[in-house]
Amino acid sequence: MKKLLTAAVLSAALATPALADTTKVGFIYIGPVGDFGWTAGHDRARQELQDHFGDAVETSIVENVDYGADAERVMTQMALSGTDMIFAASFGYGPDVNAVAGRFPNVAFQHATGYIQEHDNISLFDARFYEGRAVLGHIAGKMTETNTIGYIASYPIPAVVSGINSAYLHAKAVNPDVNFRIIWTYSWFDPALEADAAETLIEQGADVIMQHTDSTAAVRVAEDAGVMAFGQASDMVEFGPTAHLSAIVDRWAPYYISRVQALKDGTWEAQNSWMGFAEGIIEMAPWNDRIPAELQEEADGLIAAIAAGEYHPFTGPINRQDGTPWLADGEVADDGALATMDFYVEGITSDFPN
Amino acid sequence: MIRLEKRKEPSKLWRIANPFLAVALTMLAGGIMFAMLGKDPFVAIRLIFFDPIFSETFASYSRPQLLIKSAPLILIAVGLAIGFKANVWNIGAEGQYIMGALFGAGVALAFFPAPGWYIFPLMVLAGAFGGFLWAMIPAILKTRFNTNEILVSLLLVYVAERILAAMALGLMRNPDQPGFPGSRDLRRYEAAYNSELIANTGMHWGVVAAIIAVIFAYVMMTRHMLGFHIQLAGQAPRAARFGGVSPARLVIICLGISGALAGLAGMFEVSGPGGQVRIEFASGYGFTAIIVAFLGRLHPIGIVLAGLLLGLTYIGGELSQMMLQLPGAAIQVFQGMLLFFLLALDFQTNYRIRLTQGAHA
Repeated sequence: MKKLLTAAVLSAALATPALADTTKVGFIYIGPVGDFGWTAGHDRARQELQDHFGDAVETSIVENVDYGADAERVMTQMALSGTDMIFAASFGYGPDVNAVAGRFPNVAFQHATGYIQEHDNISLFDARFYEGRAVLGHIAGKMTETNTIGYIASYPIPAVVSGINSAYLHAKAVNPDVNFRIIWTYSWFDPALEADAAETLIEQGADVIMQHTDSTAAVRVAEDAGVMAFGQASDMVEFGPTAHLSAIVDRWAPYYISRVQALKDGTWEAQNSWMGFAEGIIEMAPWNDRIPAELQEEADGLIAAIAAGEYHPFTGPINRQDGTPWLADGEVADDGALATMDFYVEGITSDFPN
Repeated sequence: MIRLEKRKEPSKLWRIANPFLAVALTMLAGGIMFAMLGKDPFVAIRLIFFDPIFSETFASYSRPQLLIKSAPLILIAVGLAIGFKANVWNIGAEGQYIMGALFGAGVALAFFPAPGWYIFPLMVLAGAFGGFLWAMIPAILKTRFNTNEILVSLLLVYVAERILAAMALGLMRNPDQPGFPGSRDLRRYEAAYNSELIANTGMHWGVVAAIIAVIFAYVMMTRHMLGFHIQLAGQAPRAARFGGVSPARLVIICLGISGALAGLAGMFEVSGPGGQVRIEFASGYGFTAIIVAFLGRLHPIGIVLAGLLLGLTYIGGELSQMMLQLPGAAIQVFQGMLLFFLLALDFQTNYRIRLTQGAHA
């Protein structure tokens, strides 16, 4: 027995140096990796990260982690187990990321769609989803026949609110009669609730469903009801081959790889990155054939203009919902305003959730 | 031929042995499942049941976490069990938990940023009162209009969740964090912070409250007339009525106690480990506590053990996801097995299985 133990200790000791170059990267997810949406997008990037670095990186995940005490515990356990870098993949982990980061200054934290940065070992990163929403809005405005667009929204946070505003403005620009109906679910992943919301919106006359929630439920409901829909975060076409017009697809992998590489090189430092079409962090899923070729070209042109910086989706004149001016003619919204946006633009008839 | 025979009295032996047997069977069946998933079942079971308490790397952190995770479960379950014994079915502890948290946090946010020793005690009272108030709705509807308390208390959970969302987005929203839902972090407001009483032990006031509640419940159920009435009402309602026990009074007392305890649990959570009023603050403690109550045989001591066991599977479940890459769903199945085996085994508390010759018709 003693011999066995000695052998075990020895082999453990021998094994350690060989692993020294291995960077341990942990991921905590708000939903299941099988949501086919947001969390799936992050896990896709994790796999690419793993493939890119091979044995030089060891990744681990914990899925379905609630905000608050649970998240704090999971990240602490990750840090204790020797994880070098932690990706926290939901905005609501903010207070928890900051609490744990304060206690583990040697662990690098990467907080997706984060908004609190109190320690210099926390990087925030986000995608300019409103750029993609502009394209969706443009297509929806042209494709709708009932002039009613249903929008399933999760939490009233700036990323979601700016997405609604962007989609609305661009739908309105091509279709002055367009009308948005918005349902808030206060959840990222609740397939039953999302399906109910989609059905309600369709009953209210919506023939295009947009979602800022993570499951495929709405796309399926749209397929069954014979209306159109956009996927979220991942290409959801297999859940609605006819209904699915396109989707904003998140591509976090290049960013993940660059951050892990920076950590390996010793050049990692806290940043706040907000990336869009230009950086390739978001892209559109292949257009559905039912989108007319002309409209596909317009959409491609819009993407190119945004990527090139020639056009900003929030360019004035834009008024707030109550009619007060927000952006003057030709004025472009600055990032600070977009990152704290808490109002609808003029023309949206729903009440802002308060 | 196998024949089932109802026991004259429920078997005491099986009542006590079943939970342990259920754990053993869960380990066995869970181990087989883990093996089928291509993971080492022994490592998985070790990660779930032993590493949170004994591992060198994790134990110093996860042992206190076990108290933090289990205390609200125990506090709620003790209250629920009292009602369940009297056949009063409060299924809506989750809603009472939320309301307790909102009342407690409301007091704190009203005083912010004033210091004062009296703020925290006021929050405790408000938390208990919030839960109590929310439980009084099904209680009064039942005693006055004979509505079903299972349905009313359950549906009120969804109402409470909506109120929580409205508070996180409106009245209680942190004015310093524009655009984002959620209140101020109470952990940063000293007068309201339910901090650890002894550093790195996980001991906060909620744990103390859970211990007091367990002792209180134990004494009440075994030594006090009220405890006797509750048991009597549950086992022989007609006899209880002839004995002068007022069913309406019992409904009010049982729902009141369980509501107040759930409210306390919510208040201690929001002012401590939870930290702030958030839309997703309620993470199912109120529902999990129902499992804890039954796993603990509705007995205060059993509930302590059951609460700790379930807390352990949560913390260990996260560890095994992280270290072994087990899918989260496998952990949920594992937890489900525990209840499944317990309920299945409970069959033999009331029945015995007889092997007989075919002669019987």
